[in-house]
Amino acid sequence: MQLIGVPQKRVEDPRLITGRGRYTEDVRLPGMLHAAILRSPRAHARIQEIDVAAAQAADGVVAVYTGRDLAGKLGPIPTAWLPPDSDIKATAHPALAVDTVRYVGDGVAMVVAESAAAARDAIDRIKVRYEPMAAVVDQAQAMAEGAPLVHEDAPGNVAFHWKAGTVPEEAFTGAEVVVRRTFRQQRLIPNPMEPRAAVAQYDPSTGDLTLWATSQNPHIHRVLLSSVLGIPEHRLRVVSVDVGGGFGSKIACYPDEALTAYAAMALGRPVKWAETRVEHFQATTHGRDMVIDVELAGRRDGTMTAIRVKNLANMGAYLSTAAPGVPTILFGLIVTGAYTFQHAAVDVYGVFTHTTPTDAYRGAGRPEATYLVERMVDLFAGEIGMDPIEVRRRNLVRPEAFPYQSALGLTYDSGNYQRALDQALETVGYEEIRREQAALRQKGRYIGIGCTSYVEISGLGPSEVAGAVGFQGGLWESANIRVHPSGKVTVFTGGSPHGQGEETTFAQIVADRFGVPLADVEVVHGDTARIAMGWGTYGSRTTAVGGSAIAVAADRVIDKARKIAAHMLEAAEEDIEFRAGRFAVRGAPERAQTFQAVTLQAYLAWNLPEGVEPALEAAAYYNPSNFTFPFGTHIAVVEVDAETGDVQLLRYVAVDDCGKVINPLIAEGQVHGGIVQGIGQALWEGAVYSADGQLLTGSLLDYAMPKARFFPAFETAFTETPAPHNPIGAKGIGETGTIAATPTIVNAVVDALQPFGVQDLAMPLWPERVHQAIQAGRNGR
Amino acid sequence: MIARAFEYTQAASVAEALAALQQDRDAKLLAGGHSLLPLMKLRLATAGRLVDIGRIADLRGVRRDGDRIVVGALTTHAVLAQNPLLREMLPVLSAAAQEIGDLQVRNRGTIGGSIAHGDAAADLPAAVLALDATLHVATSAGEESLPAEGFFLGPMMTALPEGGLLTAVSFPLPPQGTRQAYRKVAHPASGYAVVGVAAVLAMGEDGTVQYARIALTGAGAAPFRAHGVEAALLDRTLSAELAAEAAGRVGDRVEFAGDLYASPSYRRRLAEVHVRRTLMGLL
Repeated sequence: MQLIGVPQKRVEDPRLITGRGRYTEDVRLPGMLHAAILRSPRAHARIQEIDVAAAQAADGVVAVYTGRDLAGKLGPIPTAWLPPDSDIKATAHPALAVDTVRYVGDGVAMVVAESAAAARDAIDRIKVRYEPMAAVVDQAQAMAEGAPLVHEDAPGNVAFHWKAGTVPEEAFTGAEVVVRRTFRQQRLIPNPMEPRAAVAQYDPSTGDLTLWATSQNPHIHRVLLSSVLGIPEHRLRVVSVDVGGGFGSKIACYPDEALTAYAAMALGRPVKWAETRVEHFQATTHGRDMVIDVELAGRRDGTMTAIRVKNLANMGAYLSTAAPGVPTILFGLIVTGAYTFQHAAVDVYGVFTHTTPTDAYRGAGRPEATYLVERMVDLFAGEIGMDPIEVRRRNLVRPEAFPYQSALGLTYDSGNYQRALDQALETVGYEEIRREQAALRQKGRYIGIGCTSYVEISGLGPSEVAGAVGFQGGLWESANIRVHPSGKVTVFTGGSPHGQGEETTFAQIVADRFGVPLADVEVVHGDTARIAMGWGTYGSRTTAVGGSAIAVAADRVIDKARKIAAHMLEAAEEDIEFRAGRFAVRGAPERAQTFQAVTLQAYLAWNLPEGVEPALEAAAYYNPSNFTFPFGTHIAVVEVDAETGDVQLLRYVAVDDCGKVINPLIAEGQVHGGIVQGIGQALWEGAVYSADGQLLTGSLLDYAMPKARFFPAFETAFTETPAPHNPIGAKGIGETGTIAATPTIVNAVVDALQPFGVQDLAMPLWPERVHQAIQAGRNGR
Repeated sequence: MIARAFEYTQAASVAEALAALQQDRDAKLLAGGHSLLPLMKLRLATAGRLVDIGRIADLRGVRRDGDRIVVGALTTHAVLAQNPLLREMLPVLSAAAQEIGDLQVRNRGTIGGSIAHGDAAADLPAAVLALDATLHVATSAGEESLPAEGFFLGPMMTALPEGGLLTAVSFPLPPQGTRQAYRKVAHPASGYAVVGVAAVLAMGEDGTVQYARIALTGAGAAPFRAHGVEAALLDRTLSAELAAEAAGRVGDRVEFAGDLYASPSYRRRLAEVHVRRTLMGLL
């Protein structure tokens, strides 16, 4: 039965939506203690004294730890992405602050108690005397002369300086048109449904530590924590089976899970820590926060020739696990977008500030890059008086140009960018909407059309490239397929899906190849004791890389089974055809054995062909030869209320190409979620700090997450241009919506406001800002 | 998100609840719990004791009492939104209730809790003001009736007497042929009103406005009646021009609230636009 490309309901959903998932917070162990962490209320201060006596004496309190107590016992949290030639100041984040707190939310002390309530009460009884120090929250101000330093060894608060590409000066001096613009990518707060949590259990008799943790990459957590905790890797098991979303915020290794593990070892009892939502706002990594200067050179015929980008990226107070890779590699190498720029150069400063550390957030660098190039296309189009669609059409990489070498050295694997653009235009009815727009303007109504034609780097990635760009790990993926004697199948993957549905997608790949029912295939992930090695789920890599590993392993299983089948059927191996779960002799279809019958023989081993070992199991370690490059075109139609600045979404069309689609239902769901998050950045979301480093948007009361009722029905479609270099042709769909939607919406709103001469708007497009721009336009005329 | 420890008393009657309040100066009333409990979990509010009035049957329900409609304090937002009598006679109350939070909140939150809590951006106060409601309060000294106007004093500040329990909200029957509407700009994060406008209008036989109650929530430090708008409408025929003119008076003697999302001047703008549009909707 064909399962690839066929919509299947997610097999994990009945468990998850009926409350039977087993999230970290659901783990309850006999004798378990509960931890709470006291966090700094100040952005920058010297710790003069911590008095824990009252907390220690409180009912139910078992232990209280401060940074000084942990000195020499618990290593700092390292940074694991070190871009080369960037003079990076890799900070080590102490598990608890020792002398200095550097952001609101920085851990100061931990209480472990018999109940969560006792732990929470006790942290209120810790008295900390702070000597306040000047703070800086904005990256440009942090680089200015005389700004307060976050770390003494990072002058100017520069954490790293990274460059890529070159643009000859004459590309700009001799250009017919130059457009310059500064964009601010506001800071975002990820807010997965499940906040972070950790449960640790230590067995002193064996020295084994089991850590349940909300991780997107439990094996990376194991590697990092084994060094932080000083536990041999083979004694540390990290379990992250059901994880309720991450969006990048659960890639990082945090002080909190290290502290939880330390306490479990020190106290000899299991310990649980779970963050509250308010704690999440302060202590879990944030996303975006970049100030980006762009210069674009082009010709009046619509050709874009060169782009120069300078990015000041706010890294927060410490360099989180993968953070330095976000504004450099993941942002810098894709600023040319889907277009044939001849020249491109990127100059990136990572800057320390007294704010929560930033790290990957859905799209991680690629949304920021896509935003700038897509906004610049529209601004350039306005400058030369050409329809922005026409500018896109003239500059998109042509289908015959693939594999295409971009100005920044990437090799875009495959694509037909024009087809996606044409399909999106046709779906939305572009010409008709332009006519409608003109007619409505006569009546004082303002609709706008915004477009984005994006390309994304996903399927991270070739391990050799990982090394070359300073990622302190590999980016291959593992698969192990064990066929049981009855023909049922267990698949072990190193990917760590946490909402993306790969328990279903991967089962489809295997069931399709083996010709067995979907229900006969179980997918196991997220447990370092069951999976030998894996690099986890991020960067839209899991299906493209982990799925490819599974396909390779599955083919190895079939190769072995074919030998056994040939022996059973007394035919030559090359005469055996395997189709729909049956091994048959070519030309004699009645001479056949089922997959299950062959499997049973593999295990009985009563009569195996010579040189064939018993059992049926295969592993694969798949190292991709390139990234994958999904692409597509999104178009939005919005209406702006000129009296209030309110933006209403009328239509949203998404045509995405993620290569071969394994499960259209899941792929569409990923597109929906991505669009919602991308529009969230455009219209509502934005973290705001006061000048002294207080987070003013500190809860869901002030920080606006998108809600289902904010949206019209999305009109989605796929084109399929397979990835040519992996066995399943899949590219990645987890982040495309987030990458495309933000500039699409802003382009649409700016387009709607053309009659008012509005050229740009700062995100999020809160109605008051939009209204101010309209008023400024009215007054300026 | 764990509240400080507190004692819990379940009151079987209003008298029991009042006695419990009197006994313990650090006690607070618990109804639906959808305003108080989140604040307690954030440790922004504390109570030594919660007196749960949620099971006092007398405080529940909607009934006609002569020329008034009486709504028990424990009546949930969901009931307000769906009750046929309210939908027919006081549709602005039903409409405002329908705008509150989400389904779960509407199933738990109560009219008494919302009004006594006194959030400056809650929906029901606007409807209660526009409907000239009377608030019925039980205290250890006896019963009191307070007009809705003058009850809302500031953020989380009301004229509810110390130790008092809001038992019911009663409404006069609005004039024949009344037209009512509630219009809201919701904050995208909290769902509370950035500006909410409740309007009750009745026209005379000559088509002129004979009765006008316009109330706003979210716009200022407390929900308020827009008397300037009302005065501008009276004895005149509602038209686009009049709606605009009257809406222009929404700022009379009002200090508008400001926050990250909407400054005072922008709130004023929103108030004016949405008062005008609410009036146009009643044309």
